[in-house]
Amino acid sequence: MQLDNLYQEVILDHYKNPQHKKLNATYDAQVHHVNPSCGDEITLNVTLNGDVVKDVSWDGVGCSISQASVSILTDLLIGKSLSQAQDIADSFMQLMQSKGTEKGDEEILEDAVALAGVSQYPARIKCALLGWMAFKDASVQALAKQV
Amino acid sequence: MAFDAHSIAKDFPILDRTIRDGKRLVYLDSGATSQKPNVVIDAESNFYRLSNSAVHRGAHQLAEEATDAYEGARSIVANFLNAEVDEIIFTKGATESLNLVAYAMGNAEPGNRFHLIAGDSIVVTEMEHHANLIPWQQLAARTGATLKWFSVTEEGRLDLSQINTVIDETTKVVALTHQSNVLGTINPLEEITTRAHEVGAVVVLDACQSVPHMPTDVKALNIDFLAFSGHKAVGPTGIGIFWGRAELLAELPPFLTGGSMIENVTMTSATWAPAPRKFEAGVPNMAQAVGLGALTYLTSIGVENIYRHETELTAYLLAGLADIPNLRVVGPTTTENRGGAVSFTLGDIHPHDLGQYLDSQGIAVRTGHHCAWPLTRKLGVPATTRASLYLYNTTEDLDALIKGVQDAQKYFGR
Repeated sequence: MQLDNLYQEVILDHYKNPQHKKLNATYDAQVHHVNPSCGDEITLNVTLNGDVVKDVSWDGVGCSISQASVSILTDLLIGKSLSQAQDIADSFMQLMQSKGTEKGDEEILEDAVALAGVSQYPARIKCALLGWMAFKDASVQALAKQV
Repeated sequence: MAFDAHSIAKDFPILDRTIRDGKRLVYLDSGATSQKPNVVIDAESNFYRLSNSAVHRGAHQLAEEATDAYEGARSIVANFLNAEVDEIIFTKGATESLNLVAYAMGNAEPGNRFHLIAGDSIVVTEMEHHANLIPWQQLAARTGATLKWFSVTEEGRLDLSQINTVIDETTKVVALTHQSNVLGTINPLEEITTRAHEVGAVVVLDACQSVPHMPTDVKALNIDFLAFSGHKAVGPTGIGIFWGRAELLAELPPFLTGGSMIENVTMTSATWAPAPRKFEAGVPNMAQAVGLGALTYLTSIGVENIYRHETELTAYLLAGLADIPNLRVVGPTTTENRGGAVSFTLGDIHPHDLGQYLDSQGIAVRTGHHCAWPLTRKLGVPATTRASLYLYNTTEDLDALIKGVQDAQKYFGR
């Protein structure tokens, strides 16, 4: 079934056991993003240490795609430099816009390649990107504070 | 002739197509938009093929024919609502109809009964679609009037216990939905219209979810204004109706100004044509109005028969859903004062995921907050799955939905 491309085990696992889904009390920047077409909401905290992503924590409500995607994001990006995080985010964005023609580079995206099937469902891409957009926003704000 | 949904479904060509690798289309999203029968598709396309011309202009035969068809559609809508012909105003949709009345009130000068000032109040309800909430929020913000509202009970009914303080001497407008697009609740209008008129307020009814589904008599409802959209009533997109009582339309200022809506124009001033023209600036959506004339399709079937059919289907669906563990219907659980929009949650399975699974089985439902975010927030459910029924639905469609929901539980429970 084509649906199995969308709902891979990795996604359902992250949905049931979301990583870093507890807002850290301290942070450099906090953002709140919503998906107004469906009501999904996320609050996301970012802490930097120089140019390294020291911590990402979040809370929110949403479908398995949005929740799994942000959970995977935290595993992927914590400990990376901001430029590495940017490259990963760009790679993920490209995968989401691939309309099912790409599988994603597992070396770069790790568990996030499980979201490749989302690109075949145009209405769900924004679900997968909710957390990534929040991270981008928060990391820019956190960086601005360092200056 | 007995009501036969299977034969009615044959009038709707889209219901013949398949979905996702050959699955039969089970269309349960008529609350968002209804499907169209051949008579509507033909009426709209034949207008373009045979009569297309700008109405109320032109000294030629096509202009005459187009005007006849357009004004004929107005008469059909008037009959459908038991209204006067000149009380029927074509808009591009219900959202425009509701904005029309809200903006027109905002244009009222001091001395006009619709002139709002600080100290006046506008009353809505917590179950309004954004289209019947935001125009009033904005009108309140522009005029300094206060926005008040009826809250919704856990059972999904309006809490009218404080009606005499919610609607008081300051109230100028009461705007509410006839049937909730999320809960399916049909609101009791008599108590509200009586109280509103007692204090001199007008009642604006959002009838998007009621006019297509149940007989609607604007005189018997004792309301002042009404809005609905053609596309939810088997009609085309791009056409909506704004109805108002004649004496109120005479006093209500225009919203959009321009061609067609004038009586006389100089370089510095203009006067208005009487309703309905006063509210129909510009060349209207003619082909779509003519397509909406196919409301006669619903009349020929009998709107009361459609209502009975949907009530039977709703009872069948509610009974089927009641047997599914972890499923909670959001809204009334009996068919008393309830229509065929049935929203529910399913344990930890998010509505978007459920909707995606159902889609893989050919079943079309709506998921999310249904453009009624304050309501879903109040009810503590960020999103729901909604099945909404219409005349072409059958118990087979509902069996497919019920089985689909059960299968989704297995699919996501793995």
